[in-house]
Amino acid sequence: MALDSKIPHGEMKDKWEDYKGHVKLVNPANKRKLEVIVIGTGLAGASAAASLGEMGYKVKAFCFQDSPRRAHSIAAQGGINAAKNYQNDGDSVFRLFYDTVKGGDYRAREGNVHRLAEVSAAIIDQCVAQGVPFAREYGGLLSNRSFGGTQVQRTFYAAGQTGQQLLLGAYSALERQVALGTVKMYSRHEMLDVVVIDGKARGVIVRDLVSGKLERHFGHAVLLCSGGYGNVFYLSTNAMGSNVTAAWKAHKRGAYFGNPCFTQIHPTCIPVSGDHQSKLTLMSESLRNDGRIWVPKQKGDTRKASDIPENERDYYLERRYPAFGNLVPRDVASRAAKERCDEGYGVGTTKMAVYLDFKDAIMRYGKTEAGKTGHESADDKTIFELGKKVVEEKYGNLFEMYEKITGENPYEMPMRIYPAVHYTMGGLWVDYELQTTVPGLYALGEANFSDHGANRLGASALMQGLADGYFVIPYTLGNYLADEIRTTAISTDHPAFVETEKAVNDRINKLMSIKGKQSVESFHKRLGKIMWDKCGMARNAKGLQSAINEIRNLRNEFWSDVRVPGDINEFNPELDKAGRVADFLELGELMCMDALNRNESCGGHFREESQTEDGEAKRDDANFSYVAAWESKGEGWEMHKEPLTFEIVKPTQRSYK
Amino acid sequence: MEHYHMNLTLKIWRQKNSNAKGNFETYKVSNISSEMSFLELFDVLNEQLIAEGKEPIAFDHDCREGICGACSMYINGEAHGPWSKNTTCQLHMRAFKDGDTIVVEPWRSQAFPVLKDLVVDRSAFDRIIQAGGYISVNTGNAVDANAIPIDKKDADDAFMAAACIGCGACVATCPNGSAMLFVGAKISQLALLPQGEPERETRALNMIAQMDKEGFGNCTNVYACEAECPKGISVANIARMNREYLSAGLNADTK
Ligand SMILES: Cc1cc2nc3c(=O)[nH]c(=O)nc-3n(C[C@H](O)[C@H](O)[C@H](O)COP(=O)(O)OP(=O)(O)OC[C@H]3O[C@@H](n4cnc5c(N)ncnc54)[C@H](O)[C@@H]3O)c2cc1C
Ligand code: SF4
Ligand code: FES
Repeated sequence: MALDSKIPHGEMKDKWEDYKGHVKLVNPANKRKLEVIVIGTGLAGASAAASLGEMGYKVKAFCFQDSPRRAHSIAAQGGINAAKNYQNDGDSVFRLFYDTVKGGDYRAREGNVHRLAEVSAAIIDQCVAQGVPFAREYGGLLSNRSFGGTQVQRTFYAAGQTGQQLLLGAYSALERQVALGTVKMYSRHEMLDVVVIDGKARGVIVRDLVSGKLERHFGHAVLLCSGGYGNVFYLSTNAMGSNVTAAWKAHKRGAYFGNPCFTQIHPTCIPVSGDHQSKLTLMSESLRNDGRIWVPKQKGDTRKASDIPENERDYYLERRYPAFGNLVPRDVASRAAKERCDEGYGVGTTKMAVYLDFKDAIMRYGKTEAGKTGHESADDKTIFELGKKVVEEKYGNLFEMYEKITGENPYEMPMRIYPAVHYTMGGLWVDYELQTTVPGLYALGEANFSDHGANRLGASALMQGLADGYFVIPYTLGNYLADEIRTTAISTDHPAFVETEKAVNDRINKLMSIKGKQSVESFHKRLGKIMWDKCGMARNAKGLQSAINEIRNLRNEFWSDVRVPGDINEFNPELDKAGRVADFLELGELMCMDALNRNESCGGHFREESQTEDGEAKRDDANFSYVAAWESKGEGWEMHKEPLTFEIVKPTQRSYK
Repeated sequence: MEHYHMNLTLKIWRQKNSNAKGNFETYKVSNISSEMSFLELFDVLNEQLIAEGKEPIAFDHDCREGICGACSMYINGEAHGPWSKNTTCQLHMRAFKDGDTIVVEPWRSQAFPVLKDLVVDRSAFDRIIQAGGYISVNTGNAVDANAIPIDKKDADDAFMAAACIGCGACVATCPNGSAMLFVGAKISQLALLPQGEPERETRALNMIAQMDKEGFGNCTNVYACEAECPKGISVANIARMNREYLSAGLNADTK
């Protein structure tokens, strides 16, 4: 099948307006007859379900947590971008568009990104109207901070809890629709397959995670808003339950998977402390506004950070990238940290960490505060205390979190940080309307591949999730459903429902019947290690080839020796996990194949074979300026290419020097 | 920070499902690192149980960084355990020492029935939000975000109230099983913001009516909720809710 991205014709800045002006509409009476299934109620799903409910569609929404308020989006810390230019510092829709295409290392579609930048401002308006308490200045107006890869201040935030506040906003809008009866919410339900009838997505099979029973649900369209798959690495900053299952089932039913190997490794996370580690905790990128990253100039230096004098510290980001300094994009910062640690300059007991130091910022803020109250001549201790207050207000919860986990006080000594898996730019391939290659099946938020290319800029995932849910899908879905008004609800006794449910049931029975010796967790850990070692921050052909074999073997071992305790028809978290890990064991192989195919470095994808003399990622536009869209073919895959063309932002070697 | 290892005795509530009668079971774990989180202790125990062919312990968790509100264990008689302003997932094993016995139970409250082991049903909270914990603004209806300046102090206070993670520790810890802190936090957040003004009275009346309907108890000013709340939600929010409720009630009478 030829891939049609359906990017509207015309000038970049007019595409979305023109599209909206000409898109097909569904009248209110018909909307009431059309049923929409929304899988996932994080930012993307909750905003979509609420907005579609408000418009009058009959919506059913599902999540696996006990409440939609607990989706992984809740954990987002630093902020959300929008081209408001409230700071009068030269921001504009064009600049946000430009920064995002460049930040993504020229592997995103211009048309999608431009639309994202266009709707960004309305997201902030909507959230404020819902009562989202963003940070404000003394004059009562909204405050902004900077994030990596940009030179303007366009990030809106609520302390280090921006995701929480945005999600609670979307959640309350969703619960309002539940109360009004337009949305029916199914918590503790997991989608386990898509039902496809005559080539169109017509429903889902879900499992009630409390009773263990399978259910069939019909929909005129199905939206997947199921988040990212970073947990394929076992250790990541994602919530424990984040998984690929919904997207993977869709993939097996015909939806192409776009750029699966594009993974974001976030530079500032709390390092691994031991074998017991179950997840990694992010220290928000916003900290790089004020924290300075360094390692000792001397290899293997064992002195305490505070005993290392200024001239014996290597602020390597400021040294290598003077124009952006500590605010280079994530991929660049992560690789630079790995480079220093690999060379033997790392700190802490494991030597796999670098310092993130707030001392200078605390003193700088302290001086300003002292100046405000006429205490310019205050001693260092007073200045430190004054500055500490300012830093506390900005990042207090993050500093507390760091101290709880490590037992160290980051106001007194620098944080130790190391890169960790954080976000997946890859995901289900979608066209401009967010429709996958299966008609009627859509993907929103982190679950799709569309807007971030090979590297996502900080504070842009929240923006994209809410853009998709509040402002894109309400238009593009209508364009499909307008032709469905004559389709009456299909009975869930239809053979396709029966067969799909049987397939799900068979698989569950198979998992339970293996009764092997090894736990699900142990397989997940082993998969994670293969992925991190061979498909992580640096990749090469030999490693990827061996990873593919190792994963295949591990998958066989899983299906012959996994032990899933408990019963099917009960609350059984081990069974839920087993199904997810089984899917990760397939996805991992595809990620390695994609990484092997892409013999260039771009954004977060670093192929050792393709680097410049000073170790920067080297793209190969002549051969790889395309989206790799993988089609599932029984046991294997076939790759399709969507060529990328750049009308406005001409690809150059990305430089942050 | 010194790292150390410890052997522990765990007494944990086991309950097959909501109809079953539960009981405490005793387990031994050894060589637990002080660096582990409390839930990683449960991971270790569960792996041990699976290896022994027994059923692992069910517990709610997701983010493991103190923000989703899923984790919910009553540890040695305290909701979320011994550290103040802390969730179960952020409790670390350096809070304990070698040889300790740790007792772990689910939230206990009439409004939160146990589903299995340490997992309870907190959907009553969602229904309280459905009753009015929102501002009725359809997508696309908003004015420019800076059109209405908001006093920084009000914005900050609204944010502090909005920091509630909906974990239910306040209910579990209250001798009356009251949900006043949770409900007060949401009512306060929206009452402090100009955007919340139009629905201010109906919101307070409806949310409180739903809270009563769900079977949460009354507040008798014990303030255990504030002490155990992982997010430091202040009881001042309960006072504000009561004022909102009173004035809404009065206005409803005179209308
Ligand atoms: C620690 C952390 C901090 C971050 N900070 C920022 C930040 O400051 N700024 C920023 O822009 N981005 C940030 N991000 C990224 C951002 O939070 C996510 O990309 C974004 O929230 C994803 O939203 P989503 O709606 O697509 O998916 P999610 O929020 O992951 O929601 C997925 C939903 O799908 C449901 N689901 C999944 N599978 C199934 C299934 N099979 N059946 C039923 N339901 C299912 C889940 O229950 C959930 O409701 C951060 C990420 C992390 C990990
Ligand atoms: S008020 Fe505190 S204890 Fe109660 S639900 Fe909210 S965060 Fe939890
Ligand atoms: S697991 Fe999310 S708050 Fe504890």
